[in-house]
This record gives sequence, C-alpha cells and structure tokens, in this order.
Amino acid sequence: MTPLLQVRDVSKLYGGRIGCGDVSFDLYPGEVMGIVGESGSGKSTLLNCLAGHLVPDSGQVIFDTRADGPVDTVTMSEPARRMLGRTDWAFVHQHAREGLRMGVSAGGNIGERLMAVGGRHYGNIRASAQDWLGRVEIDADRIDDRPSHFSGGMQQRLQIARNLVTGPRLVFMDEPTGGLDVSVQARLLDLLRGLVREMGLSALIVTHDLAVVRLLADRLMVMKDGHVVESGLTDQVLDDPQHAYTQLLVSSVLQV
Amino acid sequence: MIELENVAKSFILHNQGGTVLSVMEGATLRVAPGECIALTGASGAGKSTLMRLIYGNYLAASGRILVGGVDVATAEPREILKLRRNTLGYVSQFLRVVPRVSTLDVVAEPLLAVGTDASVARARAGELLSRLNIPEALWTLSPTTFSGGEQQRVNIARGFAHDYPALLLDEPTASLDAGNRQVVLDLITEAKARGAAIVGIFHDIAAREVVCDREIDVSVFTPARAA
Repeated sequence: MTPLLQVRDVSKLYGGRIGCGDVSFDLYPGEVMGIVGESGSGKSTLLNCLAGHLVPDSGQVIFDTRADGPVDTVTMSEPARRMLGRTDWAFVHQHAREGLRMGVSAGGNIGERLMAVGGRHYGNIRASAQDWLGRVEIDADRIDDRPSHFSGGMQQRLQIARNLVTGPRLVFMDEPTGGLDVSVQARLLDLLRGLVREMGLSALIVTHDLAVVRLLADRLMVMKDGHVVESGLTDQVLDDPQHAYTQLLVSSVLQV
Repeated sequence: MIELENVAKSFILHNQGGTVLSVMEGATLRVAPGECIALTGASGAGKSTLMRLIYGNYLAASGRILVGGVDVATAEPREILKLRRNTLGYVSQFLRVVPRVSTLDVVAEPLLAVGTDASVARARAGELLSRLNIPEALWTLSPTTFSGGEQQRVNIARGFAHDYPALLLDEPTASLDAGNRQVVLDLITEAKARGAAIVGIFHDIAAREVVCDREIDVSVFTPARAA
C-alpha cells in the first residue's frame, strides 16, 4: 500500500532557532496520528509545514494525489497546492473563527467550499449544507444564522462540516478540542471518531491533551525542542514510554 | 497461535536517575488453537506485564512474540493495529470508551471495525448483552455511568463480539455474580471450541479449573532481584 503522506527530513528554522528539525514519517490511508508535546515543541510549526501554510527550509512532503500519484507538495505550484487545500486536504483550526467566515451564514460557510470545487446548483449546495449540519448535530433551522451567533462548540462543529463537505482524504487538526468545555469536547471526539471511520479519513492531530490522543489516534509522535523524541502505537507510547521526556509528560497528567 | 520465545522486559526510569527495572527474562510459552492457558503467580510476578507484551501495549526489550505469524515485538504500529482488529482480542479489567457512545455501539465496534454490516453487528451486540444480563433499557446509554460489574460485563461482551482467533483475558470473572460468571465461562468454552487460543489471568481457581488446559507460573520468568 502506498502511504498517503510521506514526510522526509522536514526542517523549519526561525532565524537561528529550530522550529522543527528533521522530521520523517509515513501516514497510511485511514490512519490517525497524534502529535503531542509542550508549547514551543514545534508541533504546530510541523503541522503548518505539512499543510502548506509554511514553507519548510528543507525536506519533502509527498502526498499521494488522486490524479498523479505521489507528488512533493513543497515544490508543486502554488495553484496546485491551493487546489489540494480545497479538495483532498482539510485544516481544522483551534480557533473556529480562523477557519470560518464569520460574516456569512452557516449554510454559506459550508456551501463556499463546495462552490470552490465547482458546485453551482443552489439546491444541491443547500441540501449538502443541510445534510452536513445534521451530521455535526447543528439544528437545520440554524442554516441561515451567522456563526458569530453560535456557541464555541457549535462554531467548532461548523468548521468541521465546512472542511469535510468536499470529502477530503487528509485532515490536519490543530488542537481541535482546545478551549472547549469537557462535555462539548466529548461530543466532538465522538463525532470525529465516527467521521474518521465512516469516511476512511487519515488525520494528523496536534494536541497537548493526552486523553484526546488516546481516544482518537492510532499512532503517536512526541516532540520536544523541535525534534521527534519518540513515536509508536498510541497506547504503547502512553503506557510504556521509552524517552525521558515522554515519561515526564505521561506522569505529569492529573488523574480524574 | 501465540508463541513467545525468550522474551525480556525492563523499564528504564529516566526521571529517577535512570534506574533499570528488569521485570521479565526468558519468557517462553506456546498456545495452540483451541487451548486456554492460565498465567499464575503472586501479585507483581508479571502476569499483566506478560499479557501487555503480547498485546503490544508494552515494548519487549528482546525476544520474539509471534501472534498469528506477526512478531509483535518488532512489528510496525499499523501491523499491530491490523492484528488487534482481526486476530487478537483483549478483555482488560477496565473499560475505556469514548464518552457519549451507547453501550450497544461500544460492543458492536470491534465488528464494525472488521467491516461487518451495521445491523448484523448491532444484533450480535444485543445478543451478547442479553446473555450477560445487561437490561435492554441501558443499551442506549453510555457505559461510563454503569456500576463496576456492569462495565465489566460490557467489556466482556465487546471482547467476544468478534470471533478473534487469539484472546487475552485479564480476570474475566472478577466482580461477577454466579449467574454471570457462568455465562462468561460458557463464552470462553465456546471460543475454545471454535479454535481460539486463549491466555488468561484467573484469580478464581474454580473458574481456572473449568476452562484452562494448562497453567504457567510466570514467577519462573522473574529475574532474581539484585539486593
């Protein structure tokens, strides 16, 4: 099986400082990988390099495209990369307002992504929007309301709907449950897990919440000071951590 | 089906001055299809450690752990995930689930993961829950709020939903009443009859005598502690 994403020696420097250094891994179709580490460990830098939001200083990010097979997204043309960003890739931001258009209705937010890939029939677009609002558990009668009138949890679910409506194959998530209260988090986790299985999505999830990765991720990568210090099966890394930093991280979690 | 050869396990505690705890050495055992073996030994002898090693939850320091032809000690994460999905089941003592997911779906999940049709999977889940005397009124609720014994039974139902060729059972009859204990023993006997290789920890000696063909004392794998 061809990996969906092959990351080879990706590095990004901020001046003389390392954002992330020499990161390599393969992600296969249907796999969910968590990336954990403390603030400043380089996990968001890495995610942004992989998603094409930042240009890495060196390394390759090879994505298995539908049309042309594996292509290095770092060196592909800007329009081609933007097209990927609208079709096969999705990016869920920690703050929903960064991923939504706050002045446009909920239905419009979902429909916009469909129109970006050529959807023109108003009835079909509205029907898809309605379907997706249902799937992320937002009442259908809120379709014409703006996200600025939504709660934080609803905004996050709307952002997910907007991202998944075009049937992407790879979803990047940056702290998708950050800043939400626990009951809303639980609902979102349940939703994400269901969607990942139903749609056969691959996902990269950056988070500092070990409980979230235990429930969502098959594999786990631990970062410190820009480097990957440990990776493996999620439950193995959490239950039998090998690296000093991971041991400290796991033993620092408050028990509920 | 399950074959261990010279398996060793140690823990290195980096945050306690790099102390090395060697907890297992030379663990060797073999379980044939249709056979159930019991791990015995005092608390702390390494029964659960051995189970976790077989499941790939702990990383072996050396040796081979073959389950259905896959060496868990060296396999890639995705190979272990595939093994756990299709071949190797594990009934732990604790139920760990996504909050808000209904009991019926929790039990049906291993079947859905191998591509079983949703209605078939739910029917099988319901059948197991009924056998284990979980009232139907509770099926739509999340098991997170259930009593310890109910959670244990949900966990068992989940573990037996898919017919795994290899099964690990950690105290499956603990905290169960006589009726439910018998149901679990029946499930184990049925699994053996269809050819499952089973490794279990049973503190319940009577249960062990009913379902287990052999006992393996894991304390022989415990390295002598340096004073």
